[in-house]
Amino acid sequence: MDDPYKILGVARDATPAAIKAAYRKLAKTHHPDLNPNNAKAEERFKAAASAYDLLSDPERRGRFDRGEIDAGGAERPPPNYRDYAEGPAGARYGGAQHIDPEDLNDMFAQMFGARGGMGGGGEGRARPGRGQDEHFTLTLGFIDAVNGSTQTLRLPDGRNLDVRIPPGADDGRVVRLRGQGIPGWSGGPPGDVLITLQVTPHRFFRRDGQDIRLDLPISLTEAVLGGKIEVPTPAGPVRVTIAPGSDSGQELRLRGRGVPAHGKQAAGDLLARLCVSLGKPDAALTEFLRAWRPEAPHDPRKHLEPGP
Amino acid sequence: MITLDVLTARPDMPQRGELERWIARAWVRPARSGGGYVFAEIDVARVQLIHQLRAELGLGAQAVPVVLSLLDQLYTARRQLRAVAGVVQAEAPDDLRLRLGQVLTDIERPGLD
Repeated sequence: MDDPYKILGVARDATPAAIKAAYRKLAKTHHPDLNPNNAKAEERFKAAASAYDLLSDPERRGRFDRGEIDAGGAERPPPNYRDYAEGPAGARYGGAQHIDPEDLNDMFAQMFGARGGMGGGGEGRARPGRGQDEHFTLTLGFIDAVNGSTQTLRLPDGRNLDVRIPPGADDGRVVRLRGQGIPGWSGGPPGDVLITLQVTPHRFFRRDGQDIRLDLPISLTEAVLGGKIEVPTPAGPVRVTIAPGSDSGQELRLRGRGVPAHGKQAAGDLLARLCVSLGKPDAALTEFLRAWRPEAPHDPRKHLEPGP
Repeated sequence: MITLDVLTARPDMPQRGELERWIARAWVRPARSGGGYVFAEIDVARVQLIHQLRAELGLGAQAVPVVLSLLDQLYTARRQLRAVAGVVQAEAPDDLRLRLGQVLTDIERPGLD
């Protein structure tokens, strides 16, 4: 339900006569009989009628003005200063100042310091105040988070912010855009925009600090005979040689193929854990295994035997 | 957002001259727009609060800034604590959360001496 004053296009202190005139004009323009099959006009007509209904009654108009009822006529609890003061709007009257996250002492010094929000009330002039910070969440894909990227965040006010995601960004990391938050007052600096990153998990890569882990399936032939295979990495596929006689559980370390180097941080590795994938054995393989007598029989469950 | 004229026309609000004095003393700090004041919801609620302190509780002009200053400090501290609590809730490991709960309980206990 919108503001009835806005619907009728009158000021908050308009006289009853002015309200009546405004309503009549709207009613004439948007009357359904004059605008057959025009749903928009009908909607406006209804809105104007409902707004006039509220504002033409001095008692209900007064209650709406005092915030006791909403535009639909429903009761509203009387506004409580505390509800505003403890919310984000409260910073207007708080001692809000920039607090460097590096130094929480600043915050406690401010909380318990002698400086009050109104400065004793005798100043006669508003102190400059820093605008509030705004908090947003940005969801991005695993690869974009690992490699770093620039994402566009659309704010509720319609602005688009380019957010530079550094390589190796973790889930939950907060990116700060200085001075992009709520404007300050009385010449104070604007607040910051704080963006919490939400990284969606990858289908097969997993982060392990600077390293990336991957379960890498290989065929029986590749395991026994070795060969060159293509391994996916966050920066794109690389060709890797599998040694003959490789086995499930062995780990290949691809140096520098994990999270790219950034800042003082060296690049991580890609750790690919081999797992032999048989697929459906064909007749020849089945036949071969039936006849196969290994020179040195292998017990893959040896380590599971109960010890002494 | 409403103007000074509209606000002071309400029966539950102070007279215009009175409200202008409050603004001059910075008890209320509405934004300015086109030469006039505009009151956001928090400003309206604050005017109402001061009006109650003055008219209903009989608080004198000397006492109002003291009360406002204490209230502002309290609400600032509560906003900050709330922000801290939000971060602790979302990010702190369990043992740190338990420890904080313990400390906050203990400081409210009367001393043993």
